[in-house]
Amino acid sequence: MNLEYTFKVEGGNFSKAGVASSDVKKVLKKLNVGPKTIRRIVVSLYEAEINIIAHAYRGEILVKISENKVETTLKDSGPGIEDINKAMEEGYSTASPEVREMGFGAGMGLSNMNKNTDKLEITSEVGVGTTVKLMNWI
Amino acid sequence: MASISIGTIAELTSAKVVCGNKGKSCLVEKAFSSDLMSDVLRLESENLLLITGLANLQAVRTAEMADISYILFVRGKQATPEMVALAKENGITILETGYSLYKTSGILYSAGLKPVF
Ligand SMILES: Nc1ncnc2c1ncn2[C@@H]1O[C@H](COP(=O)(O)OP(=O)(O)OP(=O)(O)O)[C@@H](O)[C@H]1O
Ligand SMILES: [Mg+2]
Repeated sequence: MNLEYTFKVEGGNFSKAGVASSDVKKVLKKLNVGPKTIRRIVVSLYEAEINIIAHAYRGEILVKISENKVETTLKDSGPGIEDINKAMEEGYSTASPEVREMGFGAGMGLSNMNKNTDKLEITSEVGVGTTVKLMNWI
Repeated sequence: MASISIGTIAELTSAKVVCGNKGKSCLVEKAFSSDLMSDVLRLESENLLLITGLANLQAVRTAEMADISYILFVRGKQATPEMVALAKENGITILETGYSLYKTSGILYSAGLKPVF
């Protein structure tokens, strides 16, 4: 089995936030993946998806599902992250007032991703963009 | 562990059940009050009631991702048709109360609904 899905994400457009995560959830349910594992995968994907909408200009999500794992790459064009370690700290957030009004900006997203993935890789270049890779065994 | 039905929660907070199951079999064990969705996404509890003043599509999406089946909107915030549709699609029950977040949380806490932490 080798399934691939791609999604485009527009910065600032919260109305579509969660569409990728929702689709992936439906696919994983059909594949009979355990509910706890599904929850871990979609929570981290949702957080990463929201981060593109909240902090970047635009991005692309590539989800690859195989027999034993789900690998997701989220690549965005945006301001990038200067200090990734600091951004990972719980409570650290540069979210704008508009983003906070939508219910985000607790500074918990990256830590939630870290907790819910079996492997998390973040690379970023200031002024260019950020790439987040999420991996979970299924 | 003590649990409270959705019907009782609606009665106690004078809330309207907008969609979903209101039967006595829908039992809630714990509740969490927040307007910040990533705070909600870090919880791992089951049979959880989310109490929030954030009445937008993201609140429902968050519940969908976190497997939360019950949302109670406070301060008279109303769910839009789009939110109700998304909730129905995912088997999520939505309630609306005119009470404030503090009052709602206080009433339900006194009634024995446990906090997550
Ligand atoms: N894709 C991204 N592009 C640019 N900056 C980012 C990106 N993702 C995260 N950041 C930076 O890292 C910080 C922490 O991210 P994190 O997801 O943990 O919290 P948040 O998005 O601010 O709030 P929350 O996720 O709790 O709603 C952000 O405030 C932002 O400064
Ligand atoms: Mg975030």
